[in-house]
Amino acid sequence: MEAVENAPSVIPSRTGVWVGIAAITMSFAAYTSAMLVRESAAPDWQHFQLPSILYWNTLALLASSATLEMARRRLVPPVAAPAARSGRALLAITLVLGLLFVAGQVAAWRALAAQGIYLATGPSASFFYVFTVLHALHLLGGVVGLVVTSARVRADAGVRALAALGSASVYWHFMGALWVYLLAVLTIKM
Amino acid sequence: MDQPSAPKPAGPRETAALIHKLKIEPPQSFIRKHIFSLDHKVIGKQYLDLALVAVLTGMVLSWLMRFHLAFPKSPVPLLSTFAPKGAADGVMTPEMYLAIMTMHGTIMVFFVLTTAPFAGFGNYVLPIQVGAEDMAFPRFNMMSFWVTFTAFLVLVAAFFVPEGPPISGWTAYAPLSAVGKDAGPGLGTGQTLWAISIALFCVGQLLGALNFIATTLDLRTKGMTLARMPFSTWAWFITSVIGLIAFSVLFPACVLLILDRVAGTSFFIPAGLVISDKLQPHSGGSPMLWQHLFWFFGHPEVYIAILPGFGIVSHILPAFLRKPLLGPRVLIACMAAIGLLSYTVWGHHMFLSGMNPVSATLFSVPTLIITIPATISTLLWIGSIYGARIRLTTASLFCLGFVSVFVSGGISGFFLAQPSIDTYLHGTYFVVGHFHFVMGVAAMFGIFAGTYFWFPKMYGRMMNETIGKWHFFLTFIGVYCIFMPMHYLGLAGNVRRYSAFTDDYMQGSLPLHRFITYAALFTGGAQLLFLFNLVYSRLKGPAAPQNPWEATSLEWTIPSPPPVNNFGDVHPVVYHGPNEYGMKGSTGDFVMQNSPEKMEGE
Repeated sequence: MEAVENAPSVIPSRTGVWVGIAAITMSFAAYTSAMLVRESAAPDWQHFQLPSILYWNTLALLASSATLEMARRRLVPPVAAPAARSGRALLAITLVLGLLFVAGQVAAWRALAAQGIYLATGPSASFFYVFTVLHALHLLGGVVGLVVTSARVRADAGVRALAALGSASVYWHFMGALWVYLLAVLTIKM
Repeated sequence: MDQPSAPKPAGPRETAALIHKLKIEPPQSFIRKHIFSLDHKVIGKQYLDLALVAVLTGMVLSWLMRFHLAFPKSPVPLLSTFAPKGAADGVMTPEMYLAIMTMHGTIMVFFVLTTAPFAGFGNYVLPIQVGAEDMAFPRFNMMSFWVTFTAFLVLVAAFFVPEGPPISGWTAYAPLSAVGKDAGPGLGTGQTLWAISIALFCVGQLLGALNFIATTLDLRTKGMTLARMPFSTWAWFITSVIGLIAFSVLFPACVLLILDRVAGTSFFIPAGLVISDKLQPHSGGSPMLWQHLFWFFGHPEVYIAILPGFGIVSHILPAFLRKPLLGPRVLIACMAAIGLLSYTVWGHHMFLSGMNPVSATLFSVPTLIITIPATISTLLWIGSIYGARIRLTTASLFCLGFVSVFVSGGISGFFLAQPSIDTYLHGTYFVVGHFHFVMGVAAMFGIFAGTYFWFPKMYGRMMNETIGKWHFFLTFIGVYCIFMPMHYLGLAGNVRRYSAFTDDYMQGSLPLHRFITYAALFTGGAQLLFLFNLVYSRLKGPAAPQNPWEATSLEWTIPSPPPVNNFGDVHPVVYHGPNEYGMKGSTGDFVMQNSPEKMEGE
């Protein structure tokens, strides 16, 4: 067999993250269409005031996307030691902001619960909890992704490790974009 | 036909990829080697073994149903031991019949027709056919299998909970599936287990689809252009794109169903529903919403089951016809068109759901249009036989059988696609005959063809051809005896989902039901030949050469069975398409994909 020492052409994590994003987009499109159908199915849709902390959470999440990009630019080789240090610090800030967002979402759920609005209170509340809980779970997946890929970059800042961090970053930014979309939907429908 | 071309010099993308090169060390421990393996070949075999266990379970369930339909008052030996509530005197209750029907459908559609042709063979063969060492994400691949396996265990656990499995069918229509145990046996814990199982299954298949897509797009070896990919790889790729979208919608549907069941929400349960004299504490939900979400997945699922069969048959047939398949690019376009159109036809399952009749017409038109690419594919397979020097092996017989049952089942689809005719036929055995032929049996024939074809590569031993041919002919005759009469039963108005026809106007159908039952037992018995052949050949079959079928694709350029890293630390270079049969090459009447030789006329 004639063969060469060249491997296939691209780094799969770059494709993989976009395929994953396609699947998540499709599933949230399904939830959204389910919401529209459910809203028109019966006259029991109740409007309620969204907890204001959601907007602060949004700011935290968007800020985390910015710090993540700043971190990534400092970690691309050739990396000087001070740049690597500030890069790692910015990554840590990104993760803290991400976890703050999740904590803020928990606070929003508690605020609604204090008003007597639970998962099964009505269809609008059901969709509010479904959207926000599932988004938070996906975001926690992003936290794991960032921790794992940044640890890999720290061990060996090779092309593959940097590409994996890049893919985790794309996912993180997508989580931000998805949240902005969900917040818009919630603001309109709730 | 592709022109052979010399590989281009390595560019920057290739340089980056050098770093990507996988370093695959053979695993040492038993657990890493055979259980939690990252090797796509082991994972493929695990999927196939899971499908084998599932298909045997599903087949026994179908025998129980068929026995009851033919002899509704006769006890089944030992049944009362296994189901003291559902069959106290050995004769199953109507509820138990529905529970068995639900589990048969769920197990067969998800854990056989999806896992074997797509996840099983796809996992084993796709990376080798594109010239890769493994899947793009081996850890996700391993997770994909174990999540699917867990889903199977969760589903089977429904047999062992006090009220047994759910009775709402494999489609789990709401509100029956959503309201809980008040609605009947199995609709408590059993139905919740069903929903959790299917949600897990979605996760497993999404991880699989992610791997298939990334591997096909990114890990193709040098010279393996999209046009040179084998038909089977094309089919798995298209199927994974369909699956990615379909399972991304079924998962949310299951999440909402689980919430309706355990958290008191009202996504699918309407207001004012009284069940067992109890007003349900729900309001405003839409049962139609479940049907839309389910069938948006459910119809593409039909193609998830059958398109790998298209690919397997298109890949295998030319090797035994010893000539190229007609219209290779047309065939790929047809498969892609089927994939695309599969998302426009889901409403044809809902003609009788109370949907707006205008919508019914809108869904009817693409349903008829989708028959065009399916028909073209069929004509390409049949047309390819003209002038062939056919080698009638078991694998090629199953390919021809695939075409036959696909056509037989497909033709009845023309009738069902029209709302006015479907109104009469929808609730009858006509539909049962139709989908078993076109989706069940055709996909099974694809699985059998794939097994007889790739077994030598997978296990390094040949299967017994004499037993294989007996298996084919008995199965071929058997399935026609089972499913063809169902069409006539349906035309005569024989309703489906009923457990017995002893006390009503359908009594006259009993002799035909008995004939179908005998045929089902006969066909099931014929599968013992297959099982024996599998086990015996795995242990005692003659050693398989590297390329026993004189086929062209890359899996036949490496030893049988292949080493852990498939190509032994090097990457093959591809010069030809997979369809180069009937050519004059140094290897005979075919040219291997990695052969640098030029063919006549080039």
